[in-house]
Amino acid sequence: MTIHLVSMSFFQLDFEKPVLELDRKIESLESLLSRRSADANRPAAANGLLATLNPTVEVPPFAADQAESLDLDESDGAALTDPAAIRARIASLRAEREAKLAQVYTSLSPWNTVRVARVPKRPQTRDYIDMMCKDFCELHGDRRYGDDPAMVVGFARIGSIKVLVVGHHKGRTTQEKIACHFGCAHPEGYRKALAKMKLAEKFGLPIVTFVDTPGAYPGLGAEARGQAEAIAVNLREMSRLRTPIVSIVIGEGGSGGALGIAVADRVAMLEHAWYSVISPEGCAAILWKTANEQTNSAAADALKLTARDNLKLKIIDELIPEPLGGAHRDPKKTAAAIERWVLDRLHELKGINPATLPQQRYERFRRLGSFTEAVA
Amino acid sequence: MTQAATRTWTELKPQRKASVPEGLWLRCPGCGQMIYRKQMEANLHVCPECQHHFRIGATERVRQLADPGSFEAMFTGLTPTDPLKFRDLKSYKDRLLAEQIKSGASDAAVAGTCFVKGRAAMLCVLDLSFMMGSMGSVVGETVTRSIEAATQRSLPLIIVSGSGGARMQESGLSLMQMAKTSAALGRHDDAGGLFISVLTDPTTGGVTASFAMLGDVIVAEPKALIGFAGPRVIQQTIRQELPEGFQRSEYLLKAGMVDRVAARAELRSELARVIDYAGK
Ligand SMILES: [Zn+2]
Repeated sequence: MTIHLVSMSFFQLDFEKPVLELDRKIESLESLLSRRSADANRPAAANGLLATLNPTVEVPPFAADQAESLDLDESDGAALTDPAAIRARIASLRAEREAKLAQVYTSLSPWNTVRVARVPKRPQTRDYIDMMCKDFCELHGDRRYGDDPAMVVGFARIGSIKVLVVGHHKGRTTQEKIACHFGCAHPEGYRKALAKMKLAEKFGLPIVTFVDTPGAYPGLGAEARGQAEAIAVNLREMSRLRTPIVSIVIGEGGSGGALGIAVADRVAMLEHAWYSVISPEGCAAILWKTANEQTNSAAADALKLTARDNLKLKIIDELIPEPLGGAHRDPKKTAAAIERWVLDRLHELKGINPATLPQQRYERFRRLGSFTEAVA
Repeated sequence: MTQAATRTWTELKPQRKASVPEGLWLRCPGCGQMIYRKQMEANLHVCPECQHHFRIGATERVRQLADPGSFEAMFTGLTPTDPLKFRDLKSYKDRLLAEQIKSGASDAAVAGTCFVKGRAAMLCVLDLSFMMGSMGSVVGETVTRSIEAATQRSLPLIIVSGSGGARMQESGLSLMQMAKTSAALGRHDDAGGLFISVLTDPTTGGVTASFAMLGDVIVAEPKALIGFAGPRVIQQTIRQELPEGFQRSEYLLKAGMVDRVAARAELRSELARVIDYAGK
């Protein structure tokens, strides 16, 4: 049943459907193969495919689907009695699947990129901390109001380097998601992040931030406690921290809520993350007057929110490639790629006198913008 | 002439600014009464009956705040481009041209040096009548240069905000103006410079979440809507009615988010007084 649920949730990404159909074919052939070896001595096994998949025999609940998908290929009917032939068929389907997955993921539209960035199984800040960091020492609370679980902060070691890690967290279980407001931080989250970043400056630790938020939380309490002020202060203070800062947009880089922890010396994006001034839905609702699949897609195109676009605009310095089919298909490999990037950048920044870092960081952001100027 | 060519709007000089609909009389949105336009305008664009503060453009704001004849405009050659070739139902290029013709300005910010009751200051004003005062590259650059000029010349800095936020049509580049302006204010602060932020109706989004909330002293006009998220977005999130007066100046004063609420008639004196206390 769990397999079934996973494939259902995967269908949120309709563009992956051809790949998932191949996955199912492969899965059912694999189970057929194992049954073949188990039933090798039983005469019933020779009666063909449908006999094997007869619901009176032990079969998974989605047997009907399997039979259908297997029936699609007529040539398989005869060949499938021979384990060697099944194995060959599985191998060719696997090759076909890899090619299909590569094709789908190298030609993702901007809107589909946004959808990949939001896949529930996509690794989050705490996952990367688990995979990349040793001896994580979480630091809670802003000493003013509370402790926002949508912002994770703490000391950690990456490789042999001691750092302060800061990141938005969306939550993995339903309960955690609700507590984290799905990755939308409150002012106390931004204030906690800044308070600990100042500790990092004081103790000479570089800062690594993971950006993954649809945006800062738009609610009564957030407004009353100064959401705008909290973000603004982070922008100003991060720009003048005398310690190296590197940021990675790992999923969603939604507007000021993302930037609030991303005023860094070096900024990277994962290949299928997005980073923009507003979400496609928000943009569509305002400029297209309605948010639906079509206008969201048009807005995503117009906003130039992909990693490649942001790299072209020099908003980010580097794009970190994801494993084939997205970070969620191989979190460990993704974490390793991020870790390598972080260590390289920190090594490079270590050579710069911390006192001069704010000047260079200032110049990095000072350059951004596009205009012409006529001499008066 | 540097870089690319200037745009045609400079040749197409507009006739007049059209902020409030024309007519001898108009109905005040504050009290619902018919008021005599000239009287309202002579009263700093404030309703003589109920003190409703009408929205005003940058030119009028400068006229109200700067000593007569003292304003010297700077950075006037900055013109927006269309770096993303942005198109929604209308192209950004067409939108810009239409706004430029309508307003006679190249973008939504005006800046320059002036005197406020005899005190020298750097003044930057966002103009709501141009694409809702939204911040794209030109607004961000104008604000940043104003801050830098104030730092270099040791002038008190006054920024009057009125804006719907970051400009969507320049997407990530607009977002980066938030970091750019805030970072410039960090240096102004390091140099001991004074920044007075004046918030007017409405100031929201990326402008509030960057330079507008970073004033050493923050003064808001009465009943101005000031916030990060717009009321409609909040309502959709929490699915309940917003409390009366939520996100208005007086509410922010109570919440501890602004220092003072000052009527337009008092604004010049307010600024002069703060400069006397905190300026160099
Ligand atoms: Zn009135």
